[in-house]
Amino acid sequence: MAITVLLVDDSKLARIVTAKVVGGLQPEWERVEASNAEEAMGVVAAREIDVALIDYNMPGRNGLELAADLRAMRPDMPIAVVTANVQDEIVSRARAIDAAFVGKPLTPEGLRGFISGAALRLRVHKV
Amino acid sequence: MIRIDVALTTLERDALTELVNIGVSRAAVALRKMVGEYVLLSVPAVEIIDHTQAASLIGVRESAELVAVRQDFSGAFAGRALLIFPQSNSLELIRAVVGEELTPTEAADMENEALAETGNIILNGCLGTMANMLRRSLTLSLPEVLRGDGSTLFRETDPALAEGQVLFLYINFFVRRRNLRGYIAMLMDIPSLDALKRLIQEFIDSVMNDEPDLGADDASG
Repeated sequence: MAITVLLVDDSKLARIVTAKVVGGLQPEWERVEASNAEEAMGVVAAREIDVALIDYNMPGRNGLELAADLRAMRPDMPIAVVTANVQDEIVSRARAIDAAFVGKPLTPEGLRGFISGAALRLRVHKV
Repeated sequence: MIRIDVALTTLERDALTELVNIGVSRAAVALRKMVGEYVLLSVPAVEIIDHTQAASLIGVRESAELVAVRQDFSGAFAGRALLIFPQSNSLELIRAVVGEELTPTEAADMENEALAETGNIILNGCLGTMANMLRRSLTLSLPEVLRGDGSTLFRETDPALAEGQVLFLYINFFVRRRNLRGYIAMLMDIPSLDALKRLIQEFIDSVMNDEPDLGADDASG
């Protein structure tokens, strides 16, 4: 079954980078973009999303708040928060909602672990 | 007065904001380590305005006396970076960084030195990250501590430059548990902005065309 990944970032350039990195690791995954938390919630309501990669510092609700909302709706969905802001409080808040933490600038090396884990998890859950 | 068109395209502005965001996020991590408390950041603002407007942007938010650590940077692009906060926060910041055991007199004695050092770490973290992502190097001047209101901090002494427009970037930070707040601001004048614009365009091109190896030599984040 096809897998769809949601990329949320207020920066278009950052979304382009993320899409390229994800596309390099999982070319067959479909990629959908949103530029803020509200738009992301609209996408999730309208279609099936399997994986989410979310920027932290965005206007409106931040990436951790969005990740928490998604987690409440989708207890099994692989979610990663992407940011250069690796303060302990942000990392531990991501962990508390079972979201992975990925550093910016995003690289294939940095994202590979999360994407492989997500692919594995989806193979088990999404039959 | 000669007006040069320095307007950034939507994508250039986007790319610059993202660079600043990553730079300031790294700087916040450094500040978090120094003060031992969580540092909240706002989303960065990027504007092309004149010096007077830059001064009033901070001035309308902060009526009290301000203290700033200023460092000029030069190299592939050039400008001025400032870490700014209310003068009333200064001693609290130093106690947060150096330790609670300092008496107010001791904190006051080392105030300028501690401010300069704190500013140096934060501004270097921010500018160094941006330079690495643009694959260029920057040289920073020694930190200088300034005091005054918004217009003093942003006053341009060179009349030729004072008339011109500047790229003004700023971001707010807060340390709630210490009741500290401040700004990181960057100013660049027109010739430097042209250079920066070219670097941003190269950066965008590398994202669009090359393998996704952005900042791969800077994997500390």
